[in-house]
Amino acid sequence: MSKKKHVTLNVNGKTEEFLAEPRELLIYTLRERLNITGPHIGCETSHCGACTVTIDGKSVKSCTMFAVQAEGAEITTIEGIGGPDNLHPLQEAFKEHHGLQCGYCTPGMITRATKLLEEIPNPTEAEIRFGMAGNLCRCTGYQNIVKSIQAAAAQMSAAKEAAE
Amino acid sequence: MIPAAFEYYRPKDMDKVLSILEEHGDDARVMAGGHSLIPMMKLRMADVPHLIDLQDVGGMSEIEIGADTIKIGALVTQSDIIDHAALADVAPILREASLQIADPQVRYMGTLGGNIANGDPGNDMPGLMQCLDATFTVVGQDGERAIPARDFYEAAYVTAREDGEVLTAVTIPRPKGGHAYEKQKRKIGDYATAAASVQIVNDGGKCVSAAIAMTNLSDTPVFSKTAGDALVGTSVDDAALKAAVAAMLGDIDPTEDNRGPVAFKNHVAGVILRRAIARAWSRA
Repeated sequence: MSKKKHVTLNVNGKTEEFLAEPRELLIYTLRERLNITGPHIGCETSHCGACTVTIDGKSVKSCTMFAVQAEGAEITTIEGIGGPDNLHPLQEAFKEHHGLQCGYCTPGMITRATKLLEEIPNPTEAEIRFGMAGNLCRCTGYQNIVKSIQAAAAQMSAAKEAAE
Repeated sequence: MIPAAFEYYRPKDMDKVLSILEEHGDDARVMAGGHSLIPMMKLRMADVPHLIDLQDVGGMSEIEIGADTIKIGALVTQSDIIDHAALADVAPILREASLQIADPQVRYMGTLGGNIANGDPGNDMPGLMQCLDATFTVVGQDGERAIPARDFYEAAYVTAREDGEVLTAVTIPRPKGGHAYEKQKRKIGDYATAAASVQIVNDGGKCVSAAIAMTNLSDTPVFSKTAGDALVGTSVDDAALKAAVAAMLGDIDPTEDNRGPVAFKNHVAGVILRRAIARAWSRA
């Protein structure tokens, strides 16, 4: 048994402090310790992206990081992006354009897409496909996922212009 | 997928890293982004009783572009390389290769140093570093030493770095001429079935220098001097391409695995090298 470490994380704007074994993977911290079950466990081998969260501005597969590595970090999960009463434009677009079928990959898809649109506000289809390549959809619903992200990008750009 | 228990260290300076390495020997490993090591620990194929996280050790995240050389810190990530406009200007092959590594999430975490020091024949950066004639800086209790990339790889996961040493930086002569990193993979995120790094110089329609290295076609990256030599003095015509491919095939030693039998890998290696040379030459 290894020595537990004190960990402080800021998750979706809330400070969380706890003692964890170093081998505790961040996805388990989120889901089992903090009851933040939006990020999913899909492949658990760094491939599928269902566990994607944003850590200090980077899209990260939380199955491939120990909670202790994230000490002091700011983490955003799908829960911090929007909820039933205040859907994010990406969530709205996924709903409108059937960007999900079974929905398992959706939290990871949308979390990754928020970061993609931050980096490239008006991506081409090729840029979306390349930028979303770390997220797999077992329903193979990629066509509508791409459409949803394009629609959200257009909506967000229009809203930004209107605000300026 | 829970790794075996380990002690976790997050030192703030290299002296502390080296003293933990000295204390625990083989039982300690350093980690940068962790995207090679953590998957192996989860599968329990790597047993790391003492894990040293390098993220708080300063001075390894810089990219310095000098008049003759480029120095890149070991903790620079693939996405840092992709986003660095000045680096893409002077050494575009680095960006071209980084974009073909893994996927966006992995590229935010995966580092140049980790990719190089891990010694996995599937990693893309080792072959590229050999092509560019890079030098690796490692530091240990006895101080720093420089190891040429072309002498660094001894076998799969076995390198010239000693157990008590840490790879801290990579120094690359500013590349000249045209470049290409060409990679055949089965899917996004996969290692190469075959990949080729080519850097080539054109002087008045004649090739005056060519460096060629191949990835995942032996238990180490393969710098094929004979393949490069086959192009020098030619106009990189079909005969020269054939000669370079034949020379390269004499230097690689692929084994059969889930990416295919040996004959297939040799075939793919030839196709990939041909494409890489043609693309590099068109840019030279």
